[in-house]
Amino acid sequence: MLGTLASAGGGVTVGEIVETLLLRTGFNTRMVIAGTTLLGIASGVVGAFAMLRKRSLMTDALSHATLPGIALAFLFAPVFGLASRSLAVLLIGATVTGVLGVLCVQAILRLTRLQEDAAIGIVLSVFFGAGVVALSYVQVNAPSGSAGLNAFIFGQAATMQARDVMLMAVLASGALIASIALFKEFTLVCFNDSFARVDGWPVSAIDLAMMAMVVLVTVAGLQAVGLILVVALLIVPPVAARFWTERLWLLVVLSALFGGASGYLGAAISALLPRMPAGAVIVLTAGVAFGVSMLFAPSRGVVAGALRRLRLRLRIASDHVLEAAHDAGADRIERVTMREIADLHGWSAWFAWVVRRWLIGARMATGTRDGIVLQERGRRRGRQVSRNHALWEQYLVSYADIAPSHVDWSVDLVEHVLSEELIRDLEKKLAQRGEALPSGSGVTA
Amino acid sequence: MSVGPVEFDLARDLFPLAAGVLAALGCGLLGNFLVLRRLSLMGDAISHSVLPGLVIAFLVTSSRGSLAMFIGATVAGLATVVLVEAVKRLGRVESGAAMGVVFSVLFALGVLLIEVASARGVDLDADCVLHGQLETLVWFSAPDHLSDVALGDLLRAVPQEVTTLGIMVVVVLAFLGLFFKELRIAAFDPALSTTQGFHAGIMHYALMVLVAFATVASFEAVGSILVIAMLICPASTARLLTDRLRTQVWLSAAIAVLTASGGYIAAAAVPGIWGKEEVNAAGSMSVFAGLLLAIAVVFSSRHGVVVRRLRQRRLARAVVREDLLATLYRASESGRPGTAITTLSEGRAPRLVRAAMRVSERRGDVRVADGRVVLTDRGRRVAKALIRRHRLWEHYLVDEAGLPPDHVHGTAELLEHLETLPPEGPQVDPHGREIPGDG
Repeated sequence: MLGTLASAGGGVTVGEIVETLLLRTGFNTRMVIAGTTLLGIASGVVGAFAMLRKRSLMTDALSHATLPGIALAFLFAPVFGLASRSLAVLLIGATVTGVLGVLCVQAILRLTRLQEDAAIGIVLSVFFGAGVVALSYVQVNAPSGSAGLNAFIFGQAATMQARDVMLMAVLASGALIASIALFKEFTLVCFNDSFARVDGWPVSAIDLAMMAMVVLVTVAGLQAVGLILVVALLIVPPVAARFWTERLWLLVVLSALFGGASGYLGAAISALLPRMPAGAVIVLTAGVAFGVSMLFAPSRGVVAGALRRLRLRLRIASDHVLEAAHDAGADRIERVTMREIADLHGWSAWFAWVVRRWLIGARMATGTRDGIVLQERGRRRGRQVSRNHALWEQYLVSYADIAPSHVDWSVDLVEHVLSEELIRDLEKKLAQRGEALPSGSGVTA
Repeated sequence: MSVGPVEFDLARDLFPLAAGVLAALGCGLLGNFLVLRRLSLMGDAISHSVLPGLVIAFLVTSSRGSLAMFIGATVAGLATVVLVEAVKRLGRVESGAAMGVVFSVLFALGVLLIEVASARGVDLDADCVLHGQLETLVWFSAPDHLSDVALGDLLRAVPQEVTTLGIMVVVVLAFLGLFFKELRIAAFDPALSTTQGFHAGIMHYALMVLVAFATVASFEAVGSILVIAMLICPASTARLLTDRLRTQVWLSAAIAVLTASGGYIAAAAVPGIWGKEEVNAAGSMSVFAGLLLAIAVVFSSRHGVVVRRLRQRRLARAVVREDLLATLYRASESGRPGTAITTLSEGRAPRLVRAAMRVSERRGDVRVADGRVVLTDRGRRVAKALIRRHRLWEHYLVDEAGLPPDHVHGTAELLEHLETLPPEGPQVDPHGREIPGDG
């Protein structure tokens, strides 16, 4: 695949790449790149709210529903004395049927027992089908000048005129400014709409305003990105941004950043390599941002989560080893003993080796040729774990009414999550009841 | 043969119609379980994201040989299902957004790859993935009349798209036939299904594999948008018509066949009325599917808008009639022999009151004379039962629900119209009025 990409971009020099990225290019290209960047920023902001309001796929129905509007506007513009190829006219048509589509989704939800997913799917496919019908009608029966209409499906940034870009930029910045102005209202509705309603906010009006912003961005992006992929600009950047933060303002800023960067890089790459359609490249750039975020974001990322789980597993495993050593009263754990512990807990040989490295790395033990020798830290931890184990065992027997024969397995699970505060509390409770405590001299941290 | 203003031409129409009907049938049947399990948009996601699978298979094998493309697309379809699950679980992303991310990025990849492929002088058209190419399924050597068709000729002439679709329908039918019970339980109660020994997760994946298979088989002929329409619309329409799953499945099959054939005929017939050329058949089928759904939304005898409106109106009228009888009864309790119609109209629409009085008079519940209304014996019995329910409810609301006595009238006013009786109570209501006896 890289090979095919390389062959597609074979003739491009590094100099050209830098020139394009710095916008030192032809006027038209510069306009297109600036325009899609603005579009990306606006859709990042609007999309963040749409995602939080769980309206992500509503935008999909909306954008598919614009197709019949484009074809009908083309067909009927001459009736009203308008130029049928004018972008503004086509976009007005797109807006009308797009909004109609959203209204249909809501009507289906209100009038029938169908669920939202079915309603969205119905509107999306039926409206798009109507669009295909209208397009085929236009192409057969009024072929003059209808060639450009297909471009709205997949987008065609490269052929955009300066005037078209201006229109796109105006629509996008309108949505951007309005969303920032309504930041507080949108936040309120996204997080707690019933509270907002009780507090006297016009929730349906705010929802309507949010949908209007979505419509603006969608319509703005139709020509550059195409109606199938324009939803990606609204969905992918906010989902990517969600991995990095729990704060709303940061989420919106990051989402705008991802959207803007996708628009900028996508249009630039597509300008360099004439074969690359801008819409697809923009969405793929956003897709890369999403992939990187999902894998490597610090706290919600997949890698961070896997590391966290691995660390917890290792801590539990090493506790088992130290406890076994303490209970056996030995400082030295032979290779054979280690294998027995591993078999008992069902560890693979590889995991047992990692546990050994972990114990040595945490300076709980030192490695020798035929096993490990516990250090002071390890001995202390072993005592502590063993004592927690005993504490829990007695707690479960005396408080939770678990038969003594059933105690041990659950003990193994809980002793690792026991907080030290809880241990002191337990200790006190058990002391009050006069239960015999195992010696814990000097181990309570 | 001719259907309305359109000639049915064997050469031009037979295979496109067959392909449309088969695709609609297979997708429509599977759609029942997608719609029930709120997975409708999985069909949408899969049909968008098979595009890169198709193109990659095409680039690797450099042929439009269908098997490779078929495998590529199926793999891409399954990858979508797995990726959506992964993004949802690993990323803790809401399912709509997860689908949106996966299918839009994969679709973008497909569009890009198509451009790369065409850079190498290979022709692959993204448009036909969306619109389908029903119109190309021509039977060149077809005889003029259906009666002249030799079976051998027909079988040899069947395009491979139609064969694939036929196999798909058979597989879908077999799957539904064999696993209907399991699918039903998994759709309504996944936990129960798992405890009964067939894992709901496995049924989910089996269903998804079939959806991917049906999508891929269909969209080469009819386009991905029609696939979505067929997965969702017939099942949704059937769901509005019945409450039984088995009936719904049969209905959806019938609706799917009707959609495909109706849409196909309309594609030529409707523009033909104005003497225009025919329009895209796949698109016309989606519109037809939407039309049938709209009809069901409005006219369904069970959940239709009209029926519900009528039912509400009938109920509203019955409530007004009963309320008026109750008012008359209360007036007679305080010794007045009749009530003026104008008094009854207070706080109610005069039109409704007049209509209610007309019906009550016809039923023999009241007599109207000189603008005054008097209860007949029959009307008195009806009103008495109503008042009894009202006062029993008031008693119940005060005694059992702990409401203050001055807050219960409004609620009792609503509850009195229900069939259910509150538990028996004492002889007087919370306001000290007598509760009339039974009968």
